[in-house]
Amino acid sequence: MKIVAALDTCEGLGMCEAMAPDFFEVGDDGVVEVLDDSPGEEHRTDLAAAVDACPVLALTLQG
Amino acid sequence: MSAEPSVTPPAGAAPATPATPVRRLVVVGASLAGLRAVEAARRAGYDGALTLVGAEEHLPYDRPPLSKAFLDVDGARGADTVMTFRTEEQLRDELGVDLRLGSPATGLDTDAREVLVGDERIPYDGLVIATGSVPRWLPGTDPADDGPVGGVTQLRTLDDARTVRTALEAGARLVVVGAGFIGSEVASAARKRGLPVTVVEALDLPLTRSIGPEVGAVCAELHRAAGTDLRLGVGVAGLETEVGAAAGAAPAPGGAGRRVTGVRLDDGTVLPADLVVLGIGVRPATAWLEGSGVPLHEGDRGVVVDATLATGVPGVYAAGDVAHVANPLYDDEHHRLEHWTNAADHGGAAARHLLDPAAARPVETVPYFWSDWYDHRLQFVGTPRADEVRVVADDRASDGGFVALYRRADRVVGALVLDRPRDVMKLRRRIADRGPWDEAVEHVVTTPPRAKR
Repeated sequence: MKIVAALDTCEGLGMCEAMAPDFFEVGDDGVVEVLDDSPGEEHRTDLAAAVDACPVLALTLQG
Repeated sequence: MSAEPSVTPPAGAAPATPATPVRRLVVVGASLAGLRAVEAARRAGYDGALTLVGAEEHLPYDRPPLSKAFLDVDGARGADTVMTFRTEEQLRDELGVDLRLGSPATGLDTDAREVLVGDERIPYDGLVIATGSVPRWLPGTDPADDGPVGGVTQLRTLDDARTVRTALEAGARLVVVGAGFIGSEVASAARKRGLPVTVVEALDLPLTRSIGPEVGAVCAELHRAAGTDLRLGVGVAGLETEVGAAAGAAPAPGGAGRRVTGVRLDDGTVLPADLVVLGIGVRPATAWLEGSGVPLHEGDRGVVVDATLATGVPGVYAAGDVAHVANPLYDDEHHRLEHWTNAADHGGAAARHLLDPAAARPVETVPYFWSDWYDHRLQFVGTPRADEVRVVADDRASDGGFVALYRRADRVVGALVLDRPRDVMKLRRRIADRGPWDEAVEHVVTTPPRAKR
């Protein structure tokens, strides 16, 4: 499983960080940083929630 | 996507699930909360009939950009489109939704369990009310009463946003009534285009109700620094209008009838205007529920629900802007929120709870909203109802942003953040955890933004 963040779409609103703070952090530049882009399968539920919560649909999970 | 886990009720507990499971789920309101409700229903394994009733002709679309990127002058972001979350094919074919768009609900019969859409009756055994809210008009401007006044609009729908953008493109002189979030965003968009903008606010400071006077003063400075003429503590007495469109004026959204030429204030001043945007608040869109037995709030007629979003009327839940809900995070204080995140959270929860009441849990949200003003971003998490509001960081002079925290007893309950995006979710977590005030203050003070490159 791989997290892909479209940084040109990201508005840094932080809903992903709210759902899965171990994997996403909004930086001082107002754009998300993916802290670990190849997470283990056990995190799928949290990460799916983070992807769904993005107000600008900037996140996808591959695999 | 994995299915929701099944929940076994504790032994001896009364079965809370309905004797007959839901087979006809109707969601009224086809914006974010309604969309999330139909998505969550299917995700929870619901395979019965699913109907989505919407007042607008459009597929569910994203509203926040309407007062932001949609009004921008530049490039793709200024295109005449707005993000729809799903295509019609996805909704109809993949989610199996019977879409009834452009057909506002007109009534509800809770005895017969039918939603009324004009002459049509749509039977339900589960209902999610997600009709959102409608903006208020100034007296004398409601098209339903006196016909439309050209150049006077609100900003709630895609059609409203097109009206505003068309007028801005024509170089309108803009007067915004109400210094709230929507009005301030429209003012920002107009100033970006170099147009003259006046914002009229009846109170002495902007946003006193939603974020408190301390921070309202900061917002007032944002307007003034951007060249917006901010008139505080003055009301609107009426509109100046003329019949027919003046040569060279912005197109009149209302057509060839009356159109606005100015806004007359309480103090006698007349502000010339080609476009007047009303941002004076909203009311829940619940007129169709009057007399139905669904409990409506005595103040604003929102739908009163418990912490699981149930109305108490069998099978009927409410979500999003319409819902007056007790929030366990804030001592079960009731509130009705008009936020994107609230609509998204509520929509999914209402559908899941309706389908499986035994597994329903109180919805404990930390309210969150954001607003873009003149290249600045405001973000608010939590509640502004507080014993103290303290400015704990103010580095605006060096473009380093601003943070105010809201305290109740020894807890942090809210945070207003300007241009410090990294702090927002960290503060939200502290608020959700009912975290101590002192530690929240220390966090803000000891983690300033890294210097801009």
